[in-house]
Amino acid sequence: MGSSGSRLSKELLAEYQDLTFLTKQEILLAHRRFCELLPPEHRSVEESLQIRVSLEQILSLPELKANPFKERICRVFSTSPTRDSLSFEDFLDLLSVFSDTATPDIKSHYAFRIFDFDDDGTLNREDLSHLVNCLTGQGEDTRLSASEMKQLIDNILEESDIDRDGTINLSEFQHVISRSPDFARKHDPLFSCSAPLRLSCDRSHSVCPSKHPVREAFHC
Amino acid sequence: MAQPLNFVLHVPETPEDHGQEPSPYDESDVHDSFHQLIQEQSRWVAEEGLELQERERGAGAPQTTGSGSRIPPGPEDAGAPSTATLRILASMPSRTIGRSRGAIISQYYNRTVQLRRRVSRPELRGVGRSARPSLRLYDLELDPAALEEEEKRLLLVKELQGLTVAQRDHMLRGMPLGLAEKRCLRSVPVGLGRLQTHCRGGGGLGGGYPLGGVRSIPGPTLMPPVSPERRAGPQGGSGGAGLAGVGSSPAVAGSETPASCNSSLTRPCALPPGGPCGREAESLPYNMPLAYLFTVGVAFFITCITLVYSMSRSFGESYRVGSASGVHAVTVFCSWDHKVTQRRASRLQCDNIRTHLKELLAERQRRQGPRSACGRLRHVAVLGLVWLLCLGTTVGCTMAVYAFSELMIKSPVSADQEGALLALPVVVCLLNLGAPYLFRCLAALERQDSPVLEVYLAICRNLIFKMAILGILCYHWLGRRVGTLKDQCWENFVGQELYRLTVLDFIFVLLDTLFGELVWRLISEKKLKRREKPEFDIAGNVLELIYGQTLTWLGVLFCPLLPAVQIIKLLLIFYVKKTSLMANCQAPRRPWLASHMSTVFVSLLCFPSFLGAAVFLCYAVWQVKPSSTCGPFRTLDTMYEAGKVWVRRLEAAGPRVSWLPWVHRYLVENTFPIYLVSALLLAVIYLNIQVVKGQRRVICLLKEQISNEGEDKVFLINRLHSVYERKERSRAGRSQETERLVDHPDAW
Repeated sequence: MGSSGSRLSKELLAEYQDLTFLTKQEILLAHRRFCELLPPEHRSVEESLQIRVSLEQILSLPELKANPFKERICRVFSTSPTRDSLSFEDFLDLLSVFSDTATPDIKSHYAFRIFDFDDDGTLNREDLSHLVNCLTGQGEDTRLSASEMKQLIDNILEESDIDRDGTINLSEFQHVISRSPDFARKHDPLFSCSAPLRLSCDRSHSVCPSKHPVREAFHC
Repeated sequence: MAQPLNFVLHVPETPEDHGQEPSPYDESDVHDSFHQLIQEQSRWVAEEGLELQERERGAGAPQTTGSGSRIPPGPEDAGAPSTATLRILASMPSRTIGRSRGAIISQYYNRTVQLRRRVSRPELRGVGRSARPSLRLYDLELDPAALEEEEKRLLLVKELQGLTVAQRDHMLRGMPLGLAEKRCLRSVPVGLGRLQTHCRGGGGLGGGYPLGGVRSIPGPTLMPPVSPERRAGPQGGSGGAGLAGVGSSPAVAGSETPASCNSSLTRPCALPPGGPCGREAESLPYNMPLAYLFTVGVAFFITCITLVYSMSRSFGESYRVGSASGVHAVTVFCSWDHKVTQRRASRLQCDNIRTHLKELLAERQRRQGPRSACGRLRHVAVLGLVWLLCLGTTVGCTMAVYAFSELMIKSPVSADQEGALLALPVVVCLLNLGAPYLFRCLAALERQDSPVLEVYLAICRNLIFKMAILGILCYHWLGRRVGTLKDQCWENFVGQELYRLTVLDFIFVLLDTLFGELVWRLISEKKLKRREKPEFDIAGNVLELIYGQTLTWLGVLFCPLLPAVQIIKLLLIFYVKKTSLMANCQAPRRPWLASHMSTVFVSLLCFPSFLGAAVFLCYAVWQVKPSSTCGPFRTLDTMYEAGKVWVRRLEAAGPRVSWLPWVHRYLVENTFPIYLVSALLLAVIYLNIQVVKGQRRVICLLKEQISNEGEDKVFLINRLHSVYERKERSRAGRSQETERLVDHPDAW
């Protein structure tokens, strides 16, 4: 599928394979999906590597639509000065970090950056409360009450803030995640077990192979 | 850093210096919020045309400004940190380590060096400009961060060239940098200038903590084998095709060859001439009984090693020294599954997480809330009563099984009434099926606070029940049946009993799945009109698996084909349970601490289950007289004697194998070496416990030290705030003064 003009060169493909955690098929699939986001006249290989796709278009991908962290994910991986567009290489970085074979180290590094909503290098109380609100749902009635939120954040800081400065920095984050026994086995902050964000070959199908809540709960 | 306490930071604040100063917000990745705040403040400062004064390092008193200035528009908010403070805060190593390119490069440089040279930390003497800010005098005004980062980058590239291709790619893949930068690092350095034009150079600090140590990714967990492996062993006698297991299957090893081998143990060379007898002095005859014992023994030994290894790994992972539970933090950070892409599934996940968080909070509240003495007493009383009832049930069922088994002994079964032999296994399986439900009902009376404790208590009670039943059955077989079956093969009988138990257990598990899950779901949906599916009981199912495995281990000596039956049974149970789970059950509401539970289950597999089976078999081999009409041990007093007889034979065989009898006499029969080895092992274990205790204490001390350092940090930040606040106020005051002088020149 696709004309010969939209294939990546062998050297580039090999380089991408060496530097990311993706396989050749995944890189080609990612390139195809990326090109579909571009306007038809700019879909050649050279242009696809130079051009940047706006955040709104990336956020329209079905794999990211239901994710409450979608905006943060895109901002973290964007390398443009205004952090509002992704190039193809940024897109590959995104998929690479979220793949199965990525090391827990790099996953926790990027997870920290995604959770750091104000980009100040630490997770302070506002970051944590924003994070909890993302987790519990966007509606007003689904959020935790103010007292519950305060207690939860107090508990989190008590468990993970070792130097007692009221914020969680990267080292403390990685410490609490990796020292916790469940992390060492299977869980990690970005996607337990099976590959998240696995792009589907056909855009009309949904990505998630199983809609069964039991299977999802037992994904360990 | 030996600085006088009342140092004053020399931070030039002229607006023109913003571009030249090495500030972290030059790097676009970093500190967007600070960036905004700093820009706002700088804009305000520039608009007002205030000239910020400079302070000499070490000078105590502020100096006067020169230029005229307008009055600052409004009173400064006392709490808002000034530009300089923000800049300093933004550049703290603990905040830049994850963000600044320089910090990342420095960190990975150290990791690469460690990988290449296998040293724990790079030598600080060798590195001119060390990466750690506390070791190089952290000088804000003279920090040529650009040069530092380029130096570090070159060093990193050089180090990477020194690795193999695979190692280099592995290192690059794991770096949290963009693809373009990784490409740069992979390219061969041709010079500083060339590198700068290719890669994104620029600002950013070279600071950050160089974390050493490549964290090792834990390897795959070793799963204990389902059944011990067997080398070529003798034919199995009792694994008959029928359910009752009794049939025309031959007795255990009842063929001629073993008999003749057997007789050769007591009489020299009963074999036909030309056989091995002629070469007796050179070769040893095949000793079938010993081979059988050795096979079973080696299989058990390998299983034991595997189980202990697996258990110790589980323990090591679950109960790390000094690790806090951190359940709230881990839930918040790790529980979102990004795999979901449907909005409905995403909402469901949000609901689950919210429920879980609320439960955690409520549990913590309850634990912290003090309970009244009366409430505690009531709770203890209820707990005691429930335990009493459970233990009473266990004892009652054990006595029932004992009585029934005695009844079975008293009424002997004739050959055509073999179906009656199924009565005892059916009774045992029915009790095993009913007891967990009874225990669950009793536990509902208790109303425990913590769900984890509930699960542990349920596991305990079920385990005690199952082990008691198995214990009474073992006594029945080895204690009573051996006596009553004097002329017949008791080994055959025991093997057949275990086979019947295994097969009936399988049938009852299928029935339980059918009724417990499918029918329950149908009833609850159709009749009771509830949409709740039954919860999948993980603990109960795992205990059933452990029970089945115990039966296999008990029976492997008497019925060698039992492991094969067990494998088929496990495969079928797996597929049936999986189908039933998907169709009928909902996930357990309480999320599982997967690793702790795995540790518990592997320990249960090892301790009561495997150890009990090993004790049973040891007793059978050492103490019980084998039946005299069948089996390879029929001429011996105990099965263990086969070894002794063989050793005596070896002694007579000649000097070439004399070391074996020596080993047997002085290391196996003699108890002193065993005591010595046990004492040594106990000493080693004790030393390890002390070491772990010491490590725990060290971790506590280090945590205290870190929190003290945190206090230092907060103190310094507050001092910074106050210093700059004073400076701003004095500047504002002085400009007011100047203003007044300008407006009213004749006030002088």
